[in-house]
Amino acid sequence: MSTPQHPLVLGIESSCDETGIGIVRGTQLLANTVSSSMDEHVRFGGVIPEIAARAHLEAFVPTLEQALAEADVTLEEIDAIAVTSGPGLAGALMVGVAAAKALALATGKPLYGINHLVAHVGVGVLEGSVLPPTFGALLVSGGHTEILKVTSLTNDVQLLGATIDDAAGEAYDKTARLLGLGYPGGPAIDKAAKDGDKKAFRFPRGLSLPKFVGSAEEPGKHRNNFSFSGLKTAVARCVEHFEAAGEPIPVADISASFQEAVVDVITSKAVRAMQENGLKTLLLGGGVAANTRLRELLAARCASAGITLVVPPFSLCTDNGGMVAALGAQLVAAGAEPSGLDFATDSSQPVTNIVLEPRS
Amino acid sequence: MPNYLSIDTSAHASVALIDSQTGAVLGERTSPRGNDQTETLAGFVRDLLAEHQQVGAELAGIIVGVGPGPYTGLRVGLVAARTFGFVWQVPVHGVMSLHALAERVLDTEHVPAEFVVASDARRKEVYWAKYDASGELLDGPHVATAATLPALPVYGVGASLYPEQLAEAGAHGVEESLDWIAQAAELGWRGIKDLAKGVDLSDTSPQYLRESDAQVPAFMKKDKA
Ligand SMILES: [Zn+2]
Repeated sequence: MSTPQHPLVLGIESSCDETGIGIVRGTQLLANTVSSSMDEHVRFGGVIPEIAARAHLEAFVPTLEQALAEADVTLEEIDAIAVTSGPGLAGALMVGVAAAKALALATGKPLYGINHLVAHVGVGVLEGSVLPPTFGALLVSGGHTEILKVTSLTNDVQLLGATIDDAAGEAYDKTARLLGLGYPGGPAIDKAAKDGDKKAFRFPRGLSLPKFVGSAEEPGKHRNNFSFSGLKTAVARCVEHFEAAGEPIPVADISASFQEAVVDVITSKAVRAMQENGLKTLLLGGGVAANTRLRELLAARCASAGITLVVPPFSLCTDNGGMVAALGAQLVAAGAEPSGLDFATDSSQPVTNIVLEPRS
Repeated sequence: MPNYLSIDTSAHASVALIDSQTGAVLGERTSPRGNDQTETLAGFVRDLLAEHQQVGAELAGIIVGVGPGPYTGLRVGLVAARTFGFVWQVPVHGVMSLHALAERVLDTEHVPAEFVVASDARRKEVYWAKYDASGELLDGPHVATAATLPALPVYGVGASLYPEQLAEAGAHGVEESLDWIAQAAELGWRGIKDLAKGVDLSDTSPQYLRESDAQVPAFMKKDKA
């Protein structure tokens, strides 16, 4: 049974290349169906927005049907619908939002347009996980690299730091291309790095110079921010160097050293941000959460800083509808006002905007 | 009598409620803008249904424009129509969007023996199709530059965009039609007529007419080589 504190919510996600529909009752995950167009992007070495948007259109109704069957619920039983309104790829977001509005209108259910990044954090409440009232989150994926401070999932989330150029996952994809390792780059480099020496090359840690970082008392402008474009260039130069010398490219060593540069800067900045904001718990989200070296180093650094690290199951870390439903259920239980049917997508929706206000 | 809900987003967001027996348009809404389909479509449908006390599940069906048209807007109408059909359990019929312009030509005083309708395909091209005086589709839909159109009268906003190229092709835009865009009312009427003739409209695949545009990057080709 759904109760006001445990509403039955259907969540829709279409911000990138996954069409996700999840169904949650309170904090219990009933279904999490994902249809991915990833295979269609492989030959391009990255997500092509138009291909993703075309796939969302074809996948929407079949994915919805499958999720309802899996959860064994009917549309009449659903209390509310939540949809990712941003941030994400505009053309992809519009398919999910248009579908969500049609679904809400046709069923007469209230609709909530919610923030994709906060939804990544929302999975932390699922399946009996108990989070403290205030905690931090580190999101790392093909589309984002962010550090968040969560004071309340439903009305107070702050951005502590983010990438100023590429997302970490993008840096992985681009480096994998350079090394001829294929797409997606994250798992490919993670695998190649296993046989490599992470100290073979010293690649730059972006925005780590004192002028960017400052001190705890006088923080620099980019204390908690990331940059991966310099790293990408350094790897490219390294590859060119071996090519010009006619020597074989040491793929394993470059992979391991690149990965170490990414993971080192992400984990050290995230842990420092937790400490300086008095946060004792860190939730890891996003597709790169599957990366073995990231998990290993983050776990070690959190442990020595006395921070509890929470890593949801991988299927909840990548983009999915369950996370949208999870945050939606929190919002419904907290009495948030629905967004109505007239809102627009916001491809750069800030984390402070957790749920869209209805347009007057 | 049950009514049809007609939706077309190949140009602007456009919605109509049509009597299935008489073809009378009971109500319609078309956005004055071409880039707000996501914001406006659901609200248009909500208002139209409410004004006519129309229960979604009691519709005769949904008629939806399958394009051609700019992709992002086009998908909004298609995903909405398919979702309405799924929830209300009513059939969804796909109609090529340029038919809506052709229907409007048939309503004019002097219908040429053959004519062309054209809409804006962006990227210096138009979507076009050729019809006879009865509204039968003779050729199309295509996407091409205006210079390649048949030497016939051309109707629709697509005829206003590249007048020099049109003249080059020996075609000419029909003055009264130069601001015409596809509208759900005319699209729906075409759908009702085609259904009565037994035309199969079960396919609601979008008419993109162009590939997804993605080029395989040079470095990926190099890898394959
Ligand atoms: Zn994401």
